[in-house]
Amino acid sequence: MDILKILTFAFITLFAVMAANFGLDWAYSIHAFIIALCAFYMFIRSVRQVGEPIAVTSTGYQDDVVRAGVIATSFWGLAGFLVGVYIAFQLAFPALNLDLPFTTFGRLRPLHTSAVIFAFGGNALIATSFYIVQRTSGARLWGGNLCWFVFWGYQLFIVLAATGYLLGATQSKEYAEPEWYVDIWLTLVWVAYLAVFLGTLIKRKEPHIYVANWFFLAFIVTVAMLHIVNNLSMPVSIFGSKSVQLFSGVQDALTQWWYGHNAVGFFLTAGFLGMMYYFVPKQANKPVFSYKLSIIHFWSLIFLYIWAGPHHLHYTALPDWAQTLGMVFSIMLWMPSWGGMINGLMTLNGAWDKLRTDPVLKMMVISLAFYGMSTFEGPVMSIKVVNSLSHYTDWTIGHVHSGALGWNGMITFAALYYLTPRLWNRDSLYSLSMVNWHFWLATIGIIFYAASMWVTGIMEGLMWREVDAQGFLVNSFADTVAAKFPMYVVRGTGGLMYLAGAIIMCVNLWLTATGAGERKHTSNTASAVPAE
Amino acid sequence: MRKKKMNDEDYPTTGHEWDGIREYDKPMPRWWLWTFYLTIVFSVGYVIAYPAIPLLKGATPGLLEYSSRGEVRENIELVNGQNAAIEAKLLATPLAEISADPELSRFATAGGGAVFRTYCAQCHGAGAQGFKGYPNLQDDDWLWGGNIESIALTVRHGIRHDADEDTRYSEMPKFGEILESEEIANLAQYVSLISGQEYDKAAAAQGKISFGDNCSSCHGDAGLGDVEQGAPNLADALWLYGGDVETVTESITNSRFGVMPAWQGRITEAQIKQVTFYVHQLGGGE
Repeated sequence: MDILKILTFAFITLFAVMAANFGLDWAYSIHAFIIALCAFYMFIRSVRQVGEPIAVTSTGYQDDVVRAGVIATSFWGLAGFLVGVYIAFQLAFPALNLDLPFTTFGRLRPLHTSAVIFAFGGNALIATSFYIVQRTSGARLWGGNLCWFVFWGYQLFIVLAATGYLLGATQSKEYAEPEWYVDIWLTLVWVAYLAVFLGTLIKRKEPHIYVANWFFLAFIVTVAMLHIVNNLSMPVSIFGSKSVQLFSGVQDALTQWWYGHNAVGFFLTAGFLGMMYYFVPKQANKPVFSYKLSIIHFWSLIFLYIWAGPHHLHYTALPDWAQTLGMVFSIMLWMPSWGGMINGLMTLNGAWDKLRTDPVLKMMVISLAFYGMSTFEGPVMSIKVVNSLSHYTDWTIGHVHSGALGWNGMITFAALYYLTPRLWNRDSLYSLSMVNWHFWLATIGIIFYAASMWVTGIMEGLMWREVDAQGFLVNSFADTVAAKFPMYVVRGTGGLMYLAGAIIMCVNLWLTATGAGERKHTSNTASAVPAE
Repeated sequence: MRKKKMNDEDYPTTGHEWDGIREYDKPMPRWWLWTFYLTIVFSVGYVIAYPAIPLLKGATPGLLEYSSRGEVRENIELVNGQNAAIEAKLLATPLAEISADPELSRFATAGGGAVFRTYCAQCHGAGAQGFKGYPNLQDDDWLWGGNIESIALTVRHGIRHDADEDTRYSEMPKFGEILESEEIANLAQYVSLISGQEYDKAAAAQGKISFGDNCSSCHGDAGLGDVEQGAPNLADALWLYGGDVETVTESITNSRFGVMPAWQGRITEAQIKQVTFYVHQLGGGE
């Protein structure tokens, strides 16, 4: 067994070094070199471990991988927000592109979106799902060290994707930019993730599967399907990063937005609803509002979401009938989305007073509020008449960010605040007032962001369509860009506040984990205790 | 019969418990359910009214027989119909006589402005102010002539646009391949002299001789340029690429080869007349 492992890593190292040598482009060669380094490290590690007694498998929960996930989530969050703030200011001040290919908006933008969605959001989902599935199943993670393969494999995917963007390797599909070999690697990691999650569910001690796990399972299975279909492509050479898409024209566009929309639906909605369904009742210490509602909104959500993608292609070459279906499924999606918000918010019935003393719960509530707002805004924007004004404008950017910063960001922060003291065995967070600061900086930052994008979005939409009495265009495109400048500065400022809040969080979590809070609390007799 | 409203705590839970989490067995909120039904009813109605269900030969057209292409076509036809009479008049009127008719001028200016903002603004700027290498069209300095017929010719056939036989064409040699770098430096000093900038006397005197030998056939003895060849005036303060010694040296050494596409065939005859009139009335038209 050891021999097989050592040989495999040796072979991968050798092949990767050869690939780095034969690589047709920089991105590919550097990626092959990174893979060679990883495989070589694993080779050395395997050789050193030969003959060591096999460690006794512990029987408790596997929390080491969750701890690693909490750290990774915080780290990638900071990185992703920082790039986001930078590119926000690039739009206001183009000189920040620095005239270097690596730092242009075109390369940094996918770096930002992938960092926040897949690196920050993805790590948060993997970590919380591993934590939740163990506790709600009463079972240790299935598959031994397989969960570590999922964790490190996913980090490698992030590094390959990010360096690829900077070096210009992209298949130019939004949220699916990584090239073919990175896609294949992610597929392997994802199948392992599904196996760990499903294996744990199967060996659960509880008779029923908790709601949170339905959502996580829907997220993992659907993302696997979306990822594979949207990335069907043929590499130009096995030694180059370039590939050719299987679909072309409007078929490719529809596949892409079927993927893109459901990345929002299953990655950023279903997965994060799984987090919500565990952390909100735990933090509020109340039963979930309605079991019935959770069943109905779960099934209606996953059935309806998958059809709504064509609303990204209104008034394009996509046939009218497909646009109609995209629109009506989006409208029907309104209430199923709100089901999750209602189930979260109504769980607090009888516990609303806790909001005064518990900033973590407050964060959960604001995230649900933003979730409700953006899942209402989405169906509105999918209506063709509204879309004819909003499409291609900054309104879309504002919509996405009120969902991402408000819902995904805030619920993740709340989960990190919940997890850190428990995972590092501390009585409480280092500082609740820092959580409060984080809460207000983030909330006001989001409001700056969303409000400024509504203003510029509607303004540029109206400017684009403005014609005089004889039907002649009034504004040139450059006029609309110039008009947006002040709002771009406001947007960047909002992002900066959000980033500042996240830095405060990381300091707080660090001090909590290292035990600085313990020392503080023993020196002070009075300590902050959340209201029961 | 309506059930009595129950308090939260009176509801039973489902009896399951996971890590301390329980679930109430409460009904779904009525307003939630009814709104959900309402969106479904709306969607069914919308599907009946609009193209929706794909069949073997195309999709169901819907009761309203709507099509987004049809909608665009109708809008365009509406505007075209409304403008048909005045557009015919524009086509029948020679360029030079448009300005005599106030209604026609207004139409040509508005339409030309729209054409300019759509096709020309990318290079010449939204306000026609120009950029380095792309002429400012608001001033009275014209490379190829600023009267309305010259502007029309430039718009129609472009500048150095290979695909158009009648395109405006001229090519300045790359003097870096012909002259010594010292001679080029002298020329640059002479250009500084005639354009009223600071210059080195001795070098400019040398440059003047060299200018007569190499440059004056196109730019003229006094460097005033020639609109027949698109040779710029070098004796004023207006520069396409820049008038400082460094930029002028670069222009002499490697030449410049600005290209503008021909618009005939890409936009309609009426649009050509409109945009020509628009550019001419910006202020610098001769």
